[in-house]
Amino acid sequence: MITKRKTIGDVIFSIFNYLLLTICCLVVLYPIYYMFISSISDGYAVLRGEVNLLPVGINFSAYKAVFASPDIPRSYLNTVVYTVVGTLINVTMTAMCAYPLSRKRFYGRNVFSFMIIFTMFFDAGMISNFMVVNSLHLNNSIWAIVLPGAINAWNMIIMRSFFQQIPEELFESAHLDGASDFTIFIRIVLPLSVPIIMTMILFYAVGHWNSWFNALIYLDDKAKYPVQLIMRNIVLSGETSALSSGGASVAGDLGIIATNIKYAVVFVTMLPILLVYPFIQKYFVKGILVGAIKG
Amino acid sequence: MSAKQSTAVAVQPKHRQGDAWRKIKQNKQLYVIFFLPFLYFVVFRYGAMGWLLLAFKDYNAVEGLFGSQWVGFKHFIDFFSMPDFWRLLRNTLLISIYTLIFSFPVPIVLALMINEVENRHFKKIVQSVTYLPHFFSMVIICGMLVDFLTTDGLINKIIVACGGEPISFLTDPAWFRTIYVASGIWQGAGWGSIMYLAALNGVDPQLYESAVIDGASKLQQMRHISIPAILPIISVQLLMNIGSLLSVGYEKIILLYNGATYETADVISTYVYRRGLQGADYGYGTAVSMFQSVVSLILVIFANKIANKVSSGEGGLW
Repeated sequence: MITKRKTIGDVIFSIFNYLLLTICCLVVLYPIYYMFISSISDGYAVLRGEVNLLPVGINFSAYKAVFASPDIPRSYLNTVVYTVVGTLINVTMTAMCAYPLSRKRFYGRNVFSFMIIFTMFFDAGMISNFMVVNSLHLNNSIWAIVLPGAINAWNMIIMRSFFQQIPEELFESAHLDGASDFTIFIRIVLPLSVPIIMTMILFYAVGHWNSWFNALIYLDDKAKYPVQLIMRNIVLSGETSALSSGGASVAGDLGIIATNIKYAVVFVTMLPILLVYPFIQKYFVKGILVGAIKG
Repeated sequence: MSAKQSTAVAVQPKHRQGDAWRKIKQNKQLYVIFFLPFLYFVVFRYGAMGWLLLAFKDYNAVEGLFGSQWVGFKHFIDFFSMPDFWRLLRNTLLISIYTLIFSFPVPIVLALMINEVENRHFKKIVQSVTYLPHFFSMVIICGMLVDFLTTDGLINKIIVACGGEPISFLTDPAWFRTIYVASGIWQGAGWGSIMYLAALNGVDPQLYESAVIDGASKLQQMRHISIPAILPIISVQLLMNIGSLLSVGYEKIILLYNGATYETADVISTYVYRRGLQGADYGYGTAVSMFQSVVSLILVIFANKIANKVSSGEGGLW
């Protein structure tokens, strides 16, 4: 470390820099905070604009109404199932795709790689994908949600780069000991790849948790909707009637109104992300940097 | 990586048929592992490309893909000669261009600013906070936007409190692009800065130290050390953005637009959704989306060529 002689200009620069970055953080955080305090405030106080920095008339009736309705808990459960099953398929398939492509002795790997990378740059489009799902009769089932995006080509490349960085000697000595590729893959490659597998779980799981469009076009049965789609109907199409009838007893007297319910629904959906976020940070930065290596 | 690959190719002698077969047999477990992923790409990705044939047909569910009547370029001609074609193309390009002008520089500036922070805790907090919105779903983002932007929403309350007139943001076509681009910055700027920050972390600290000794101010250090360090990434990102000029994401627009704002909000992909999927006009919709995909592919190849040329082979995607 050398001693830093700061000029006045540098000090002013630093002050501005810290100030601007603090403002950036507030701009990101305030809307989230505002939604939270609004969801637990008295609905009419929110409407009158009295809720700005602190909640007014704290009550949790909007949350009670949300959980008393049949739609939200069920769709929440659906989303959990889609996320778990989908991510399991994603990670398994991506690893199974990346491992052979990372081996030089895999004859044809350049052709296969090209075939996969081409799909990143040429999108067959919404309708063609819809037709494929349709022709396989996957509509209105979990498979329409979890299968069409089973492998993300970009994630596969990230994983392949990671596998390629495993020291070649490990493979050679395993081979000499008579280990088959199944054994090498399961006993050596996967245990050494825990960081990248965590990153993949994270990327895919967030994708499933947040996805709604495939559900919109493939699912007809409302009982199968994921929470994002239910939320879209409540928050964006104003379908709060279903909710307030579900929780009518609570809704009537405590002055909760559509706005409260909307904010509560948004917040409930956001919560898992907010909760796991601090623990998963180190993985996604690592992942995005591995991916930055030219494939 | 690409250098490694080319030496590998150079060392290997030319394969003969028997040689290839022997290699496949020796490594047959690799092919067993690869089978399901391969099947996935064939069925879901290339299968979908097969359905592009619909673009040249009048689709009839009873006759199926191959039985339906061949109509050649009819759908394409219909699309290009439709008066709305120019509106769709203009909206698509304008949203892309505005995104490029306004969203693109923000992560770069943010990364430069974060890089100047000396307090490690503060740095960590800023990074964590600004990355966060990337993980919110489009439904959440749009739900927040709708709630904040309605005539009695948060933003209008602030406007009224400052003595202004409330604005009907959501139904005024003039506001759509602003909302689209601004919310994109809110959600994506932090996440977009990761790559630039990584490049800045890789800069040799001695460069800054000797610059300080030479009496360079913070701004001069930024101009002469930090910015040159991330310039290659900036140029690649820029060119890749040009490659995706026509691929404006439809999710956000479908969630936000309404009949009142089609004039500025309707883009090619949302039109495909409305007309092709909702209106079940599959052949026509496929033709429109194929137009978008083909032009995008050409643009990406073109952008990659330039990126390679500019950076003499280092900057392109392949």
